[in-house]
Amino acid sequence: MKHTITVLVENQFGAFNRVATMFSGKGFNIHSISIGETETPEVSRMTIVTEGDDKIMEQVVKQLNRLIDTIKVIDLTGQTRVERELALITVYYQKGTRAELISICDIFRGNVVDINNKTIMLEITGPPQKIDAVINVFEPFGIKEMARSGTVALKRGEQLNSEKNLVTQ
Amino acid sequence: MRTSQTAWTGADIFFECLKREKVEYVFGYPGGAVLKLYERLYDVDFLKHILVRHEQGATHMAEGYAKATGKVGVVLVTSGPGATNTVTGIADAYMDSVPIVVFSGQVATQLIGNDAFQEADIVGITRPITKHSFLVRDVKELATTIRKAFYIASTGRPGPVLVDLPKDVVASVCEFEYPEKVELRGYKPNFLGHQNQIKKAAEIIKNAKKPLLYVGGGVIMSNGERELRLFAKENNFPVTMTLQGLGAFPGNDNQSLGMLGMHGTYYANQAVNNCDVLVSLGARFDDRVTGKVDSFAPNAYKIHVDIDPTCIDKNVVVDLPIVGDVKHVLAELASELNEPSNLSNWWEQINKWKAQCPLYYEKDDGKLRTEYIIERISEKTKGNAVIVTDVGQHQMWTAQHYKFNNPRSHITSGGLGTMGFSVPASIGAAFGIKDRPIISISGDGGFQMNMQELATAAYNKLPIKFFIINNSFLGMVRQWQELFHQEKYSFTDLSESNPNFVKLGEAFGLKTFSTNSPKQVDDILDEVFEIKDGPVLVEFKVVKEDMVFPIIPSGATINEIMTKRLDPKEMI
Repeated sequence: MKHTITVLVENQFGAFNRVATMFSGKGFNIHSISIGETETPEVSRMTIVTEGDDKIMEQVVKQLNRLIDTIKVIDLTGQTRVERELALITVYYQKGTRAELISICDIFRGNVVDINNKTIMLEITGPPQKIDAVINVFEPFGIKEMARSGTVALKRGEQLNSEKNLVTQ
Repeated sequence: MRTSQTAWTGADIFFECLKREKVEYVFGYPGGAVLKLYERLYDVDFLKHILVRHEQGATHMAEGYAKATGKVGVVLVTSGPGATNTVTGIADAYMDSVPIVVFSGQVATQLIGNDAFQEADIVGITRPITKHSFLVRDVKELATTIRKAFYIASTGRPGPVLVDLPKDVVASVCEFEYPEKVELRGYKPNFLGHQNQIKKAAEIIKNAKKPLLYVGGGVIMSNGERELRLFAKENNFPVTMTLQGLGAFPGNDNQSLGMLGMHGTYYANQAVNNCDVLVSLGARFDDRVTGKVDSFAPNAYKIHVDIDPTCIDKNVVVDLPIVGDVKHVLAELASELNEPSNLSNWWEQINKWKAQCPLYYEKDDGKLRTEYIIERISEKTKGNAVIVTDVGQHQMWTAQHYKFNNPRSHITSGGLGTMGFSVPASIGAAFGIKDRPIISISGDGGFQMNMQELATAAYNKLPIKFFIINNSFLGMVRQWQELFHQEKYSFTDLSESNPNFVKLGEAFGLKTFSTNSPKQVDDILDEVFEIKDGPVLVEFKVVKEDMVFPIIPSGATINEIMTKRLDPKEMI
């Protein structure tokens, strides 16, 4: 089963490497990994999509926690969360297919970000499953190249009980 | 040299920090990238620098010192090859959770990445085998980094920490302020076990009919031997120990079943197989202990006390984990158990196993055997020596036949199984421990892997007894070749290529002895234990083809235990 794990690490030299080394050293899979700054500049957030049974996931989380630079590890799997990925996809077009490509892009709420006389570059954002779907649709046209950002994810805010909400209002 | 109270060089700060960490010994080797540090070291009088002959030796010395004393071992080496030579020692310390701090020189910061002379990315190389590592990029970070390094190495589950020191950083100047506290928000070693879990464990142990304590190195690292002894003695629990746990409980006590696992005693392994509650204390269910994981302690409710959460459920899924310092947990468990339960049936069964299959070796043929030598050493030192073994048959025989009375007395490379460990590690132990005999036991193979350090021992006049168990074979490999590899003795026979160990010892200035007769063992031991002014070397020429028994083959169960060599006649 796929798991989305977010890890807050010290934003310093070697912290990312240590996580990556741990994954390869222990033989854990990484589907995607993304890293960037958070609201606090000295902390980075890594979002790791990994796969394994419960026993492996327990070890993944423990081993991540064991790293000195790790501040917090949250397995978002099974929690209400927002997951997003960005993909840049350059697709070949022929006479007559350009408009079709652009309209498919619109259906997926994507943007055309570059175009020349052979190819068109599209920017698509959404949950990873949506990106997979988009790629499937574009595949027959001929994808020249593609870049995926890897998943980023955050837990959704606590849903307040609506009655309580009214009372406090 | 420092010029004023406020302007300190990195080198000044380095040694000031070591002083504040109460470092007594630094095991090191100078070189280009650490010249500035050695320049400052020349005038340092508050610690002793031990010049080694090879950087691997330095790391094993630091390990030996750390294991014998419980303090942090310190290594100082230069960049490039100096640093890469420490890799085996660091990996060894990582596997056996030994607190050492390795300071490696590095090329100047502006040269890093340029393939500069003697440059190696040692932080990258050692990343998977250190508890943590640092590259100091600014002299202002030096003091804090050193403080953190010692703190991380020595707390929680201990381990090696590497600090890489670029040449320009130790030469630059800054104001020195010693950080009184270390702040590491991502590192909070858990010290106390969870109260409810401990209570639950006590309840289960109370009702056990066939309990067994499975004791690992964690008990020794947490200095929990007193708590263990009280807990076991008051409740009459049988105790079995891992290789690293030996010494946590007295080996000559009736309640000790000796070592468990692949070369453990028959009765310890039977006890594991039949117990109803297994209490694992600071042990990690290593494959050399468990054999076939699914069949390990199949009927037991398993309680696992460990300070490292990653150890829980890693190899064997347990019923009740307690994450915490084993010393504290043991004390709390003991206070929960007030009335010892009646375990006479269980003990009767264990004693039956003991009588049925004690440790055995052939005594009557007049040949010299390692088991006999170890028994005599055990007897002569009354179990109070510090024994530093290498890796292989002699290591297992020592673990089986030496009756360790004290913790921190059995120093060996367990997890990594590093041949060449014993000679340097015993030197480190000898610096730390002055009031008990230090005995290094190696095979003829492993001895040759770090024998250059005999020079370090001789120069420092350390009264170490270097015992070589010479069977002219890589004995443990030979044993596996005989048992599991169709008797193809591929590259394990050293009889044609071994040096003359007596002359070798003499060349290093050691007093030397050699014998192949059991009759001479006592006399030689008496003589060498009288020598206090320097190291001695004794070559024991033992039977070539002996094997370590019992043995449970790798990944097998106790049903496949071999307790002695099969007689060819019996095989037909």
